[in-house]
This record gives sequence, C-alpha cells and structure tokens, in this order.
Amino acid sequence: MERTGRIVSWSAGLTAILAVVVVASAGLGPARIGPTTVALAVLNAVAVPTGAGLGERALPLLGWSLPAPSLEFVRPFAFDVRSSHQTIVADIRLPRIALAATVGFGLAAAGTVMQGFFRNPLADPSIIGVSTGAAAGAVAVIAFPALLPVGLQPAAFAGALATAFLVYAIATEGGRTPVATLLLAGVAVQAFLGALISYMLVHSGDSLREAMIWLMGRLSNATWSDVSVSLPVVLIGVAVLAAFTREMNVLLLGEEDAHHLGIDVERTKLLLLALASVVTAAGVAVAGVIGFVGLVVPHVMRLLVGPDHRILLPTSALAGASFLVATDTLARAGPAEVPVGIVTAAFGAPFFLYLLTKREVHAL
Amino acid sequence: MIDADSLSVSFGDVAVLSEASLSVAEGEFVGLVGPNGAGKTTLLRAISAAISPDAGSVRVAGREVQNLSSRESSRLVSVVPQVTHLSFAFDVREVVEMGRTPYRSRFSSPTPEDRERVDRAMERTAVAEFEDRSIEAVSGGERQRVILARTLAQDTPVVLLDEPTASLDVAHQIETLELVAKLVEEGKTALAAIHDLELAARYCDRLAVLAGGGIVETGSPEEVLSADRLAEAFDATTAVATNPVTGSPTVTALPGGVPSELPERVHVLGRGAAAAGVLARLEGTGVEVTAGPLVAGGPAAAAATRQGIDPLVAEPYAPLDRELLAAAKERIRTADAVVVCDLHLGSGNQLLLSALDAPPAVVCETTPLTKRNYAGEEAAAAYRAIRAAAESTEPSSVLSALAAVESASRGRGRTNVSDIDGVGSHSEADGAGPDAE
Repeated sequence: MERTGRIVSWSAGLTAILAVVVVASAGLGPARIGPTTVALAVLNAVAVPTGAGLGERALPLLGWSLPAPSLEFVRPFAFDVRSSHQTIVADIRLPRIALAATVGFGLAAAGTVMQGFFRNPLADPSIIGVSTGAAAGAVAVIAFPALLPVGLQPAAFAGALATAFLVYAIATEGGRTPVATLLLAGVAVQAFLGALISYMLVHSGDSLREAMIWLMGRLSNATWSDVSVSLPVVLIGVAVLAAFTREMNVLLLGEEDAHHLGIDVERTKLLLLALASVVTAAGVAVAGVIGFVGLVVPHVMRLLVGPDHRILLPTSALAGASFLVATDTLARAGPAEVPVGIVTAAFGAPFFLYLLTKREVHAL
Repeated sequence: MIDADSLSVSFGDVAVLSEASLSVAEGEFVGLVGPNGAGKTTLLRAISAAISPDAGSVRVAGREVQNLSSRESSRLVSVVPQVTHLSFAFDVREVVEMGRTPYRSRFSSPTPEDRERVDRAMERTAVAEFEDRSIEAVSGGERQRVILARTLAQDTPVVLLDEPTASLDVAHQIETLELVAKLVEEGKTALAAIHDLELAARYCDRLAVLAGGGIVETGSPEEVLSADRLAEAFDATTAVATNPVTGSPTVTALPGGVPSELPERVHVLGRGAAAAGVLARLEGTGVEVTAGPLVAGGPAAAAATRQGIDPLVAEPYAPLDRELLAAAKERIRTADAVVVCDLHLGSGNQLLLSALDAPPAVVCETTPLTKRNYAGEEAAAAYRAIRAAAESTEPSSVLSALAAVESASRGRGRTNVSDIDGVGSHSEADGAGPDAE
C-alpha cells in the first residue's frame, strides 16, 4: 500500500532524526560529551518494565494522593561509561530532553488536530484557552502559595481542562457547537483570563520572576517524575487521536458534508477537542506556555506531506518532538539559560511570517 | 422512497418551510424547482437530516431519518451540495475515496470493492484523468464533478442534489444531468433542486414546485410547466416583497388593474418562468402578443401555446438556425415593444441583440446575467447596453413598464423611439412632475 509505505518511511526517517537530535543534545552543555559515550549512556539508562503492581509511591493529583502503579524494571545494558558522564547524561540532561520531546510531540499533535478541526492553518493547540487556563492555574499557585496549597502541575492541568470545558460549554447550544462560536468564546475567555493573570502578577511580590519564567515556558528542573506524569497522558492521547484521522480528513470537507458521509459530527468534535485539550494540558502543565510548536510544526509538515491526517498526525508529532528538543538545547547551551518559549517564538515567529509572505498560509 | 410529511423549518423568526410535503417513489428522478429563497436547499437538508425540522417527519426507505445515526443515513442518502469548501489541498482521488467512509471500519484498509467503486466513479465522471491533482488546483466545474464522483462512490439508493449544475458550463450541465438520469435508470432515486426549468423539464420524471414554504404543484414536467401556478410560484418572490421603508411584507397585485395605454403589439422572448410570467400577465389585456424564440418544451412555450400564441421555438442549447433568427428579427421589428426575459446569451441567441435597438425594450430579469452568459464578454457588453437603455422590471410589474414605454413613445412620437436618452429623461420628468411649469 502506497500510503502505508509513506507513513512508515516518513515516521522512520523522523524517528531517526529525533534519535540524532537527542544524542547531540545530550552531549551538548557545559560538559561536552562525545556522541558514542552519550549513546552508550542512553542505552544504559534504558529500563525495560518486567512487572507491575500498586506501589507505595503516591501520585499527587489535584491535592489528593492516589496510589500509583509501580513498575519493576530490568536494565538490559551495562556499558562501561564514566560514572560522572553517566550521571550527567542519564540523570541531568536526559530527563529534560525526554520532557522536551514529550511536550513537543504532544503540542504538535494537538496543533495538527486543532488546525484540522477549525479548518484553519492558523489555529494552535491553545486556541480554546487551554494554555491560558494552565497559566492562570500555575500563576495562582506561584503568586498565592498560602491560599492554594496544591502542586503547581496539578493546578496548571486543572486550569487548562477547566478552561477548555468552560469554552466548550459556552459555545454549545442545543447539542451543537459551531466552530466559529467556539473560536470566539475561546478568544473572550482567554482575554478574561489574561486580565486575571496580569492582576495576579501585579500582586505576586517576590514570586513575580518565577511566575514570568513559567509563563515563558521552561524545561529546566525537569525530572523523570515529570516525564512519568506527562508521557503516558500524551502517548495515550495521541494514540487515540491517531484512530480518528479519517474522521479528521472528512471533517475538512465541512460539517454538513461530514455528516452526509457518515461522521457523527458533534460527537467526533467533542472527542477531538477533549483529547487535544488533555494532550496540550499535559504538556503545558509541566513545561509552561510554549508557543509556536503547535502552530508552525504542523504547518510545515502539511507543506511536506500533504493534508492527509493519517500521515500528517504522526509526522507532525515526531517533528514537534525533535523541534522542541533542538530549541531547548539552544535555550540551555547558550552562555545564559533562557526559557525555551523565548527560543521557540524567536525562531517560529519569523518563520511563520516568511510563510505568510510566501502566501503559503491560507486566508482566514 | 422519500416521504417528507408536513415539514416545518424556521431559522430564528423566519419560517422557511411550513408544512411542506413531498414523496418521491423508488427509481424516480424528481426536480425541485422554485424561485430563489423558496427553501429548496432547506428541504434537501431536512431530508438528509443535516437539520432537524421543527415539525413533521422525513422517512427514507421507510425509516425515520432523524432517528438514524449519521453512518446509517449516509448509507441510504448521499448529497451533492451546492458548494463544497476545501481549505486543504487533498488530491482528487482522496476526495473521491472519502465517499467510501460510510462503509469502512476504523482500522481497516480499503477493500477491493472500495477501490473498484472509487475507480469506476472517477471514470464515469471523467475525473480519473486528473486524479492526482490537488482539489484546489481544479476548476469549479471539475470540482463539481469530483463531488459527483464522491457521491457515486458512496453508492446510496437515494441521491440528493442541490443545484448540481449551477457552476457548470452548458456541456457539463447536460453531462451531469444525463449521468444522474442514468443512475436513476439503474435503479437509484434522485431528488434535485434545479433552478433552470428547461433543464429540469428535460431530465426529470416529475417536477415539484416549491413556493411560499410548501410544495404547491407536482406532476409531469408538461403538467407543471403549463400550470398557471408555476408563474404564480415564481412571482411569489416579487409579488410578496419586503417594503423597503417599513420592512413589512407587502403583496403587490397589479396596480389598478390593467394600465390603459399599452403598446398595440408586444413581442416576448427569453426563457423560463420569467417569460412564462410575462406571457401570463399579457393574457387578456388586448395586447397582440408574438413570441420567440422560446425554449421548446419549456414553461414559456407551454404558456404561449396555451394562450393561442404561435411562438417561435428553439431546442434548448441547440444553435439558432438562420431561418429562425430571421423570423424572430422580423417579429421584433414589427412590434411596438419587446420584452426580453432572462435571455440566455449563447448558441446564436446573442445575434438577436442587434435587432433589439429598434422597438423600445423592457428587460425582465430574475437571474443574474453571469449565470446565463455563455457567449463571452462582448455579448455581455451589448446586452448591458440594451438593458441600460431599456426599462428594467420584474415579471410581476411588466405591464406598468410597458405602459411607461408606451407613454414615452407617444410623447415623443413613434418615429423618434430610437432616441433612447429622450425616452429615459422624459419618463423621469413624468415621475418627478417638475414639467408642470
């Protein structure tokens, strides 16, 4: 099958690029480490789960502690790598790289879905307010820790989903959710939350800097536990989205045509919107607001592989992972570390303007 | 096969359909005709369950469509929409393949049957030759054929078409309707909204006239096109117009009955409900009416024959032959006024334009020129010049327009009628009344 072949070869190629980017990124930093050593250290860090059970470790979620499933691992590789290098690669750089890859993967996939959903190449994952909602939750916790004794990530995640749900509820009338209403409700709710965030920033006192850095998107301080929270959500979300790529294609014809072709339009829209919002929320909750990944990456991939979501969704996700790992490497490898959101925007915005002037971006 | 029973649909405060009922038997090709804004698209949307009616029910193949899932109804009814928006560049084959969506499960790849149906659909609509091109890179007519191919691939017993010929040139209009007629021969049931009455009459087994929110007439094309109600139906948009000042609907009957000063001899040419409406209004006014060329088998020709006028007729879209052209020009020359009704430019019709500067003209239009011009920009310019000099009106007020033309030419003297500017300024002066001085 020609299409299957294209999906496999593009995905394989992009996975290889991701592997190269990961190895290169893990070698870069204040201590330079050769690519062979990095590759061996990465393999040493690979853990294969051999058993699972409900463990002692508690998973904090919205202030509750839930017993988390614990996995037993076996490490199949034991190459001889200097222990300092092994520590730098596996414990310091890899979690951050893995988190960047996870977030980039999720944001680009969600962006692809939203652009198809809104039939507009200018849509991005947070178009219905997911990122702003996450920001409001996070800034509230940072600025008023005494009032809100909950974790930063649960607060951001909850804020993101609450906002998405609110916008959807506002835009839904009589069982139908017109896309235009959704878009405008998203804009209005984002504006309101923007005001709220500004108010909280003004009164945040000493924590202003921390809040600003969160708002600009940052992957520093990433831990394996961040990855273990966000990676499963993103992977499962994108896997379910991948099962709906044919529906996404047909929805591009317009909702009425999609209905005539047998798509349950309102149910599919709700499902796509919910999944894309959860995936986006899982990303921004751990990494802060990172713009342009979900906007530019799907757009560029659409130019490369065409609009068919069956190939566009997996390739965008993989390219998004590489893009965010690469930009985050730039963010941390420079003389002074900057939030990664600054780097993605600094590269993404001019590139997007270039596309605009080349008229590759369709009219609104 | 299709049973729409007492459908009422309103959007906000505007009632579009009120108790509209329509039945289409299995294996029948029914044309849904009616003036713009009559609710043809709305009726089709209600039948395909794209909207839910406020009242009434639609059964297709005995099943209530509102209770069907999208998937179930998409296996019963396929739709060729009036416009299709595609904001991303799928290639033509991918769009046609989407027609198989109702039959495919989530993870399976296309079956040999899927592929065969898609190939065959693309062959029959002659889109196979550009199957690799992007849907954004094909012309409007080609795109319409791609959508038709998608509908064929969907392979449903019932096909609904909303103005399938609207964006096509004449050759493709005929090709499209012939394909639909062929599908019906093969056992499918088709319901098509068609604004062109002549085409509808030629291809449909039965016509249904939608006006004022309901089906006012159904029957064979001959029955429907010769019925008095057709002209009424098409006039409904103009007769029940919205008062521009008060915003309330006003019903315009003929003002003060028949105007006393009408031209003695009036020639009517053109097509469709506009020409039929004009002929109906001239009946019984004492005006001597000649007509032609009218479209053979069309509503105007039917109306003319019924009134005892012997019209010149031409086959639709066939080239106008020399004799017919000469006869038509002769009738135009000997008339005191000529009424040009939705004249289609093309097939030699544009040659009539040169004869139209002799007697004063009234131009009656219900469809824009761009939809009826197949003869190029030069002919369009000539037509516009004639329209600019003539009285423009609608079928419902053709008599007052003729009266205005008549009084203008009497005022000027019959010899001077070609001085068009004089006619125009004179009638303006009449209206404003400053010449009382």
